[in-house]
Amino acid sequence: MSGPQSAGNAKIAVSDLSVTFTQGRRPVRAVKGVSFSVKPLESFGLVGESGSGKSTVLRAICGLAPVSGGEIRIDGAAMAEPRDKAFARRVQMVFQDPYGSLHPRHTIDRVLSEPLAIHRFSDREDRIVQALKDVGLDARFRFRLPHQLSGGQRQRVAIARALIVEPEILLLDEPTSALDASIQAEVLNLLTRLREERNLTFVMVSHDLAVIDHMCERLLVMRGGEAVEALERSALADHAVSSDYTRTLLTASEGYVR
Amino acid sequence: MTDEPLLEVENLRVRFETSRGVTEAVRGVSFQVGRERVGIVGESGSGKSMTGRSILRLIRPPGVATADRLMFSGIDLQALSERRMRAMRGRRIAMVMQDPKYSLNPVMRIGSQLVEALKVHERISKSKARERALQMLADVQIRDPERVLSAYPHELSGGMGQRVMIAMMLIPSPDLLIADEPTSALDVTVQLEVLRILDGLVKDRGMGLIFISHDLRLVSTFCDRVLVMYLGKIVEEIDASRLQDAEHPYTRGLLECLPAIGGSHEPLKVLKRDEAWA
Amino acid sequence: MSDMTHSERSGGLKAWLTSDTPASRFQARAINIWFAWRDLLRNPLAVIGIVIIAALILMAVFAPLIATDPPNRQDLAARLLAPGVDGHLLGTDELGRDIWSRIVYGSRVTLQVVALVALTAPIFGLVVGTVAGTLGGWTDRVLMRITDIFLAFPRLILALAFVAALGPGIVNAIFAIALTAWPPYARVARAETLTVRRADYIAAARLQGAGTLRIITGHIMPMCLSSVIIRVTLDMAGIILTAAGLGFLGLGAQPPLAEWGAMISTGRQYLLSHWWVATMPGLAILIVSLGFNLLGDSLRDVLDPRGGQK
Ligand SMILES: Nc1ncnc2c1ncn2[C@@H]1O[C@H](COP(=O)(O)OP(=O)(O)OP(=O)(O)O)[C@@H](O)[C@H]1O
Ligand SMILES: Nc1ncnc2c1ncn2[C@@H]1O[C@H](COP(=O)(O)OP(=O)(O)OP(=O)(O)O)[C@@H](O)[C@H]1O
Ligand SMILES: [Mg+2]
Ligand SMILES: [Mg+2]
Repeated sequence: MSGPQSAGNAKIAVSDLSVTFTQGRRPVRAVKGVSFSVKPLESFGLVGESGSGKSTVLRAICGLAPVSGGEIRIDGAAMAEPRDKAFARRVQMVFQDPYGSLHPRHTIDRVLSEPLAIHRFSDREDRIVQALKDVGLDARFRFRLPHQLSGGQRQRVAIARALIVEPEILLLDEPTSALDASIQAEVLNLLTRLREERNLTFVMVSHDLAVIDHMCERLLVMRGGEAVEALERSALADHAVSSDYTRTLLTASEGYVR
Repeated sequence: MTDEPLLEVENLRVRFETSRGVTEAVRGVSFQVGRERVGIVGESGSGKSMTGRSILRLIRPPGVATADRLMFSGIDLQALSERRMRAMRGRRIAMVMQDPKYSLNPVMRIGSQLVEALKVHERISKSKARERALQMLADVQIRDPERVLSAYPHELSGGMGQRVMIAMMLIPSPDLLIADEPTSALDVTVQLEVLRILDGLVKDRGMGLIFISHDLRLVSTFCDRVLVMYLGKIVEEIDASRLQDAEHPYTRGLLECLPAIGGSHEPLKVLKRDEAWA
Repeated sequence: MSDMTHSERSGGLKAWLTSDTPASRFQARAINIWFAWRDLLRNPLAVIGIVIIAALILMAVFAPLIATDPPNRQDLAARLLAPGVDGHLLGTDELGRDIWSRIVYGSRVTLQVVALVALTAPIFGLVVGTVAGTLGGWTDRVLMRITDIFLAFPRLILALAFVAALGPGIVNAIFAIALTAWPPYARVARAETLTVRRADYIAAARLQGAGTLRIITGHIMPMCLSSVIIRVTLDMAGIILTAAGLGFLGLGAQPPLAEWGAMISTGRQYLLSHWWVATMPGLAILIVSLGFNLLGDSLRDVLDPRGGQK
């Protein structure tokens, strides 16, 4: 389910991507021939069943998953294996779990200064202060450890860490699933604002169709490692979907029916 | 079935007294749970998890939990010895922790962890236990239970880990299940299946369920009653079906910041917190 | 700042150390150390441990002031005097040397052993364990097989073999003990590494462009450090005993150097008639071992991240 890809003007072009893990000795095919492309400055959503390979697709783009077939191109060029520092400057990711993605013994200051040191930025001090300000965190959080922050604050630190190296592409894996409604709203507004200010391209995973509808212009529905269908945002509101699975998803989003 | 509630909590408090000062995570919470589905919602850090944990007496030092009354089907939980409490935890009250990946042993296969949990509760042969484990995983909609049995926790997706935890907690068929954000990483269809299982247990076996969540839409459709917590207090208790017309400004605020399919794509409303709510 | 009165300044320091909004990296670190220290001091057992270890260090540093006699001055007329007789606090040994003074000077040897072993073995073990755990594959297999081989022998026997090969003497004894002490640290560090290496924060660091060296030293080692430190303090007793054992067998410190193990060894012949000769250094070993054990136990409570959170 890909459609003709005009890879020429796509920011990210994923074609026929397969990812195969080995668990013990047996192969696990987590992603089976998925294709999609994301235009520059677009926000693209991935939704689908739990375990359908959404996180794995994002990890594959970052070189953190064993790609067994297909191709990933960014701005039309294939990526270096393993991913190099130049890649880190362009593509960053926010992980699914804000409790697991910050080092428990590193202060927020260290979390933010490390990428600056790796990429040899000069005005580190100013950039850290600015990064905290950008995600709406008070400067007094700077020297705290992650366990002294709430889930939403941690997620904002993770976003600040991803943005501090000024990437062009931000991959977001369920950025709000661990957050309550009020903080979810803050984080989503923050992401929308930063996308406009920084000219970012987003790929966003969520199991909440309402969040995807709010954030993304187009989306891809996945199931069992395969792409089910690609949709425009408007199709969600109109229920104009072709596959049964997507229809089930839409119905299920309305809540529990006794 | 008697009218007597399964769990009675009166004036529950949880304090953290550290050298860095005192934090009151839960400040005088009272509620009752019968053989029904009670939801607890509230923002991050409002004390939902601490409330759940203190029922099982699982607050770790420096935290201290106190209550005027903490009765579970006629048993005073506060008076139980640590040994009897442990038996209670295993068999009659179970809790699905918020962070599945941290609650699972990272260097042990899922299968061994499930089999071990089964063998604690019943005398059962290894092959029987394995069969049961497979069935339990299938029940929580895991598509490839054979593989998941031989997987390590890091080899599972976020949602799979969560379902493994749920399966594990249902092994002893508890009378009361405290589920702390059990479905936050699940996609909507699987979420509904898992809720159906929980619902079945409440209806058929008369289990009590405390369902901690931040998903208001889900809680309003799934639960019977909802407790809304804010800064360690219950600010509102309301029938789930009437959550849409909640009165407390905090509950209203929470409802208003939800995005909706086909909604406007303007920035979402954010909650304006008011000192007076505390 | 300079015109502050003393009390204001100390109040300022206190506020500086307890602020929840540190203004600099240095202050943040100081605050963490300060709170860990305060938590430690709340535990009476820890305080006992700290006092014992501090006493050991003071004793070693100021040995000439604390000792009543030179440690090796023999006085055959005053052989095997009972404690308290003729101003010999703990009595004298078979050559008429003052036992108290020998214990005081012996603390220097003990401290030297402890410090050198504590600086080498855990660091070596930490490196082996984290590298094996992080790289995995055949690196892991080779490093862990070597560790297993070392672990398979009882420590004293292995140390004995090394000393026998290297020749007796305190430096060789320390070297032998360090060589035999690292494998458990490697195991601990590897086990800890295995639980964290798949964590998202490690993947995040890689994604930031961090190399393997940076990941091991900056991200994995800090997670293993507290287990290793705790293990080290708990092991100190064993290390002191091994050193004493080597001394006892005549393979450690050589006479006339005052060393507790060697002192017990010679005192053994007089155990029935003159109990104090062997018992006093034995008590010294016991007390110092206890001190390290108490400290190790309480450090576990303060440093173990799992105890604090969740
Ligand atoms: N390291 C690994 N080794 C083996 N299998 C893996 C590994 N990582 C992921 N998998 C498998 O790949 C599949 C896809 O996982 P992935 O994390 O991409 O799912 P997901 O779509 O993000 O699901 P969720 O919404 O639950 O997070 C799952 O079946 C999972 O078990
Ligand atoms: N060890 C601790 N020391 C001090 N305060 C703590 C400790 N553990 C938890 N707290 C505080 O207790 C409060 C309640 O925490 P709790 O985990 O119950 O929140 P929650 O409602 O479950 O939030 P979330 O939705 O993020 O899970 C928080 O404000 C937290 O800061
Ligand atoms: Mg995922
Ligand atoms: Mg919680």
